[in-house]
Amino acid sequence: MPDVRVVNVTKKYGKLYALDNVSITIHDQEYFSLLGPSGCGKTTLLRLIAGLIEPDSGEIYIGDRRVDKVPPEDRDIGFVFQTFALFPHMTAWSNVIYGPKVKNYDAKQAETIGHEVLELVKLNERLNAYPSELSGGMMQRIAVARALAAGAKTLLLDEPLGQLDAKVRNEIRYEIRRMAKDLKLTAIHVTHDQAEAMSISDRIAVMKKGKIVQIGTSQELYMHPNSLFVAHFIGESNFLEGYVTKANGESEIELRQGLVVKAFNQMNIKPGERVVLAIRPETCEMKKGHVASENCLFGRVEKSTFEGIVVRYEVRLENGDRFVINRPSLTEEWSKIGEDVTITYPLDKAHLFPYPESGLAEEIKV
Amino acid sequence: MLSKLQNTLNSLSSKKSLKYTLYISAIIIFFALILVPPIIGIVIKAPAMQSFLKQPVLVNSALGAISNSFIIALIVAALDLIAGVPLAWLITRGKSRWLSVLDTFADIPFVVPTAALGYSILLFWSSSGGISTLFGSSLISPGWLLVMLLHFTFSFPVVVRVVVGAMLDYKMEYERASRTLGAPPLTASRTVTFPIIKPSLIAAFSLAFARSLSETGATFIVAGLVFQNGPVFIQNLSNGLKAGTISQATYEGGTVFASLILIVVSLIIFGLIRVLGQKLTLPFGKGLPSFEKKLSYKKAAWSRNSIALFVFIVIVLIPSLFVALPAFQAIATGSTLAQALMGQGIWSSFWQSLFLSYSLAAIVTVLGILTGIPMAILISRKTFGKLPSTILDLLINVPLIVPSIALGVSLKFFWQGIPGIPEFLLLVFAHLAITYPYFVRSMSAAMERINVDMEEASRTLGARPFTVFKTIVLPITKYSILSGAIIVFTRSVSETGATLAVTSNLVTAPVLLVKWVNSVRGIVAPIAGVNALTVGLACGFLILFSFIILLVLRLLTRKGKI
Ligand SMILES: Nc1ncnc2c1ncn2[C@@H]1O[C@H](COP(=O)(O)OP(=O)(O)OP(=O)(O)O)[C@@H](O)[C@H]1O
Ligand SMILES: [Mg+2]
Repeated sequence: MPDVRVVNVTKKYGKLYALDNVSITIHDQEYFSLLGPSGCGKTTLLRLIAGLIEPDSGEIYIGDRRVDKVPPEDRDIGFVFQTFALFPHMTAWSNVIYGPKVKNYDAKQAETIGHEVLELVKLNERLNAYPSELSGGMMQRIAVARALAAGAKTLLLDEPLGQLDAKVRNEIRYEIRRMAKDLKLTAIHVTHDQAEAMSISDRIAVMKKGKIVQIGTSQELYMHPNSLFVAHFIGESNFLEGYVTKANGESEIELRQGLVVKAFNQMNIKPGERVVLAIRPETCEMKKGHVASENCLFGRVEKSTFEGIVVRYEVRLENGDRFVINRPSLTEEWSKIGEDVTITYPLDKAHLFPYPESGLAEEIKV
Repeated sequence: MLSKLQNTLNSLSSKKSLKYTLYISAIIIFFALILVPPIIGIVIKAPAMQSFLKQPVLVNSALGAISNSFIIALIVAALDLIAGVPLAWLITRGKSRWLSVLDTFADIPFVVPTAALGYSILLFWSSSGGISTLFGSSLISPGWLLVMLLHFTFSFPVVVRVVVGAMLDYKMEYERASRTLGAPPLTASRTVTFPIIKPSLIAAFSLAFARSLSETGATFIVAGLVFQNGPVFIQNLSNGLKAGTISQATYEGGTVFASLILIVVSLIIFGLIRVLGQKLTLPFGKGLPSFEKKLSYKKAAWSRNSIALFVFIVIVLIPSLFVALPAFQAIATGSTLAQALMGQGIWSSFWQSLFLSYSLAAIVTVLGILTGIPMAILISRKTFGKLPSTILDLLINVPLIVPSIALGVSLKFFWQGIPGIPEFLLLVFAHLAITYPYFVRSMSAAMERINVDMEEASRTLGARPFTVFKTIVLPITKYSILSGAIIVFTRSVSETGATLAVTSNLVTAPVLLVKWVNSVRGIVAPIAGVNALTVGLACGFLILFSFIILLVLRLLTRKGKI
């Protein structure tokens, strides 16, 4: 059964580490996403698994077979390219049955498979058109159908939705997941869109500069980011800089200008150390006026934006830090610009991290 | 300054009227400079055929010679494709840094002036000094086999050049997609890569075919007295006229007859290639993939590369360079080299001719690109409709098909009728006519492969036509442009026949070399100071300089500086 295992793989381009000693295991029939900012090595990792490029060192297994010396056509994978790479000299139909044909299936079989996969991707028109005559959505379906028709048990998708408009993208992403599940495939989906990754993946690996930073389910990554980078890249966070002043149990953090707040100190950071407190905008409550309570921050609204479901406020805290907070737009009275407010945050949803050596801005740069 | 110019060009380029003016002037230039001069002499003299047609013996021998031409051209073009594609593959897909050098080596047979090339091939294959020394007797004596070897050699660079350009412009993603779908490398190339670069394969075949049809000077040297193709037949008529064995009328009639048949039949063949070529698809070949799979891997690739290299080196490169072999001797002895470097005696005229040749080639290349690109756009984009573009596409081949000796006569006839044109300009026009088809052919094939989408996309993003060309078309086809430019440049540097015909005072390097070669072969009165050593050294210099120029050009484009 095709678990996909990548063990200590390194790939360099000149001096640049496109992948730096990466290890990862993707389980059989899992829908797995590789997520990360542009240039972090997602495509490189996917192409290594497909055999389109060779690793400098390390091992790759598909199922029980070590494949890093096996050519792509023998790896039993299907690959959907970011630009689709539909063969321009063949009709949509010929593209779809290309796989079965090169695998020497007889014409009848190839045809049956072709119809099956086209059924799956819900496309049964314009099959005699050439790729240049198809719409983006159709090309995407043909590209997926073509990859499926080859009969592989592992499906690799490199930003398969990148070229589609937002609406179509949202529909198709669930379809792809459904197909992968129906066909019991192991799927690896590359994307830089965190909403996309979170909505369809069983698990996600977040990558940064050739390394894997964290692997987990959407909830795990969202609730328990293991680094400032993940806290920033998955969803959104406010980052408040300060020092640990008290370190047992509920630690105390002294923020800028001597403002003291509380936080759980899961990483056991010692007193005197420089830290960053990450708080998600949607976890906080906001009240009008300055009303003292547990875990509260005082501030004044500087800007508000109506975003549909939520109103997004930018608040200047009393110590000068900027703080963003999202509140439901329909069930609550809106605050006005210039109004004093009190923000409270739940202790268990605020995360404390050591201050990064390279500086905060560099750490979360995407 | 430059950006200002760009702005002007940009705003001008979106004016419809201006666009059409540009296209129409491209067409006018094409007719006036490229198409008409090479055939006017032939067409005007058509009535002279009457007396020729009354001589059945000559007519039969003409027809025999012409069929030889077509048979050889078809076989040679096919062989060139078979041998050239693997080499192009190696050059573009190999990993070694030396491949740029190999790539440049592939142009060498094109740099050697045709007459010197014929002499070189003759020396190599059949003289006692060449490869035949290994066998004790002449390995291949003059005749059809030697002609085929020669034609294979000089048309090989065209195929490599055009296919290399196409492969560099080709998007590897298609092939990768095919691999992930289960196709072994060979199957992927056969079912995806080759069909996609098919326009360029067809262009390469057509150019090799045309080149083989029309070459005269070198063919005459290796044909001996035992073999005739179309151009050799015309050359024999011309020699007969000089010797007084045939009349002026017979000579003219025969030349026109042979040239016209060559032109008409090849236009038909080109038409067929164009129409059938588009329909032609390789069968998918059930069962073939598993066979190809056995062939695809390392060992097979290794032997394919070795054979390609072997064929290139032994059949193309060494025989073309053989004439320059005495250069090493000259370097070793020193005195000839010293004289040459100081430009003493015969060498001062050599350096002058070399300078003339390179300046000429540079000018012709620039003009060729400027006039060729609009034509390539017209043909590939079918701006004026399908039929006109097909017709233009056929007509640009004409200067290639006309036997070079007839071409020379015709050009001379045409341009001498217009008084007051400086001889240098005559040379430029003549070379432009001969080289133009190469550029347009390779460029239009490249443009056919560009997705119109991409251009449209860029238009919708607000780019004006000139910017579209600069930012989309140019980068995507830059290797094909380079390939086309290299063919134009090298062909101009080596052009002999037509140059001889149109000039009386100016001496280009090939013209000078032909004189020297003839002197060494004892065909003309010996020129003092000219011997095998000087010929070798002169050819050596020509090849060396061209090699360096091409290599530099290539390295510059490789680094993406263009
Ligand atoms: N063929 C190559 N030659 C040199 N460098 C390369 C090559 N391919 C990728 N790289 C570099 O390796 C790094 C990782 O590239 P990769 O394509 O894997 O990124 P990615 O995460 O897929 O980014 P994106 O989201 O933009 O597609 C990048 O810095 C890229 O510039
Ligand atoms: Mg990518």
